[in-house]
Amino acid sequence: MTAEPLILGIESSCDETGVGIVRGHTLLANEVASSVEEHVRFGGVVPEVASRAHLEAMVPALQRACETAQVDLGELDGIAVTAGPGLMGALVVGLASAKALASHLDKPLYGLNHLAGHVAVDLLEHGPLPTPCVALLVSGGHTSLLLVNDIATDIVQIGSTIDDAAGEAFDKVARVLGLPYPGGPVIDRAAQNGDPTAIRFPRGLTARHDLARHRFDFSFSGLKTAVARWVEQREADGDEVPVNDVAASFQEAVCDVLTAKAVDACQEYGVQHMLIGGGVAANSRLRTLLAERTAAIGVELRRPRPGLCTDNGAMMAALGAEVVRSGGRPSRLTIGADSGLPVSTILV
Amino acid sequence: MTEQKSAGWVCAVDTSTDICVGLANRDGWHGSWRIDDRRSHSEQLQPLINTACAEQGITLMDVERHVVGVGPGPFTGLRVGIVTSRTLAALGDGFPKTVRVPKGVCSLDVLALQWVLGDTAPQGRFVVASDARRKELYWAQYDASGQRIGRPQVSAPTSLPELPLIGSGADLYPEVLGDRIAVGPRRLDAGVMAAHIDDLQDAGSEPLYLRQPDASVATTRKSTLVRRRLSARRP
Ligand SMILES: [Zn+2]
Repeated sequence: MTAEPLILGIESSCDETGVGIVRGHTLLANEVASSVEEHVRFGGVVPEVASRAHLEAMVPALQRACETAQVDLGELDGIAVTAGPGLMGALVVGLASAKALASHLDKPLYGLNHLAGHVAVDLLEHGPLPTPCVALLVSGGHTSLLLVNDIATDIVQIGSTIDDAAGEAFDKVARVLGLPYPGGPVIDRAAQNGDPTAIRFPRGLTARHDLARHRFDFSFSGLKTAVARWVEQREADGDEVPVNDVAASFQEAVCDVLTAKAVDACQEYGVQHMLIGGGVAANSRLRTLLAERTAAIGVELRRPRPGLCTDNGAMMAALGAEVVRSGGRPSRLTIGADSGLPVSTILV
Repeated sequence: MTEQKSAGWVCAVDTSTDICVGLANRDGWHGSWRIDDRRSHSEQLQPLINTACAEQGITLMDVERHVVGVGPGPFTGLRVGIVTSRTLAALGDGFPKTVRVPKGVCSLDVLALQWVLGDTAPQGRFVVASDARRKELYWAQYDASGQRIGRPQVSAPTSLPELPLIGSGADLYPEVLGDRIAVGPRRLDAGVMAAHIDDLQDAGSEPLYLRQPDASVATTRKSTLVRRRLSARRP
C-alpha cells in the first residue's frame, strides 16, 4: 500500500456539504458549503432543508475541490465517504455521489464513521496521532468521549450524551435568552462580559449516584431546563434578565462538566494525549479550561484549527488515507447509510 | 475496435418510485434494469447501473449523455437518483473545468410517453399518477400525444380530473378513482427514457418536490412556568 494515499472525501451527515482531498497527511483541498443560514428561522437544523441543500451543493463542492487540489482524479487511491452517524436523508446524498464517483473512476469506496473522521482530521495539522488518546467530540450533533487506540481500526466510545448534544444546549439557551441561532458563538461572545459564577447551574451526571453508571456520559437536558426556569422566573418577577451572566454561567456549567469528564478519562485510562473536535471545540472557555486542566495533569492537548473542527470532507479523506494505509478493505457498493453507526465501526 | 464511431450511449436513471436504470445507444437498441424497492435506492442504484453497463460491455466512461427523472416522488429516494446522475454526468470530458449536467425529465412524462408508444395508445386526454403517500397522489395531465398540460401536482385522489388514469398510483384508490383506471403502463421504463431522451420535455435538473419541508418556524418558546405566569398576571 502506498504510504501517502491520495483520497477524496465526502461528508454530508448534517448541514455542511464537504468535499476534501488529501495526500497522506497533506491537505490539498477542503471545500465546504453550509446550509446553516437556511436553518436560522427554524432555530435548529431541519433535516429535509439540509438534505435539499446537500443535493444542490454536492457537485459544485466536488468541482471546486478538484480544481483547488489540481490532481488527476485517475490517480486517486480511493473515495472516502461518511456512512454514519448522521441524518439519514442527508447522508444518502453524499453516499450516492461517492458511489457514482467510485464507479465512474473505477476506484475503491470507503464508507467511514463520521466521529472517527473528527479525530483523523488532526493528522492534517499535527501529524501522527500518539495513541492511545482520548478524544472529546462536541458539536450540535454529538457529544462523545472516545478512547482511540488506533485511528484506522480501534476506537472505543467510553461516554456520550444521554439526551441533547452540547451544541444543541447552546442553541436552546440562546433562544431562551433571545439570541440568534446558532447559539455557540453568540453565547461565547455574551459570556465574555458576564460572570460565570453569578448563577450555579447544575452539572449533569456528576452526582455520586450518577457517576456509578454514567461516569463518562453527559446530560444537558436538565441544564437547559434549569436555565429556562431561571430566566422565566426572573421575567415573571418583573426583573431584567442579566443575559451576559446567564450565558457565562451556563457556558461554565457545560465546559466544566465536559472538561472534568475528559480529564477523568485520561487519568482512568492512563492516557497522555487528548484531542478535541467538533464545532463546540471552537468555544473559547472550553479551550481555556481544557488547556488548564490537561496541563495540570501533564496531558498534551491537541486541537485542530476551527475550520477543521467543524464538519468537512477533508476529515473523511484524512481518515480514508489512514484506513488505506493500514490495509482496510474497500466497502461494497451496496452499503447503506446508518444514522446510528457506532464509533467502533470505523469502516463499513 | 479502437477507431469505432461513437456509439452514443445514453444512461437513464429514475428513483421517483422504484430503482430504474436504462441504457440506449445510437443504433436504436435500448434496455431496462429495475429493482422493485422504494426503500433502498442508496444501496442498490449504483450497483444496478454498474450491472447494466457491464452487461452491455461498456463502462460509465463510454456514456455520453445522462437523463434523470426529477420526480415528483418521495424526497430521499428521488435525491439519490438525481445526485447519482449529476455526479456521473459531471465527470465527463473537461471536468473539473466544465461540469456537464444530466437532462432532467418529469418522471410522470416518461409513463405518458410509454403509453403513447405502446400498442393501446390513449384516445384522448389522460392522467398519470404516482403515490405521494399521506393519502395523496402526484399527478399530471396529458393530451393524446403524450404532451403534458400544465405542471405536475400533488393532491388528494378526489381532486384528480375525470380522465383515464395510468401510472404506478393508478390502482391505489379504487374506491375513489375506480371508474377511471385505464389499461396502460404502471411502471416506469428507463430504457424508453434513455432511447427517447430527445423526445422528452426538459424539466430542468431540480427535483420536483411539490411540497415544502416539514418544519415550523421558531416563534415562542415553551414556558416552564405557565401557571406561575398566569397567576402573576391576574389583576
Ligand atoms: Zn460532526
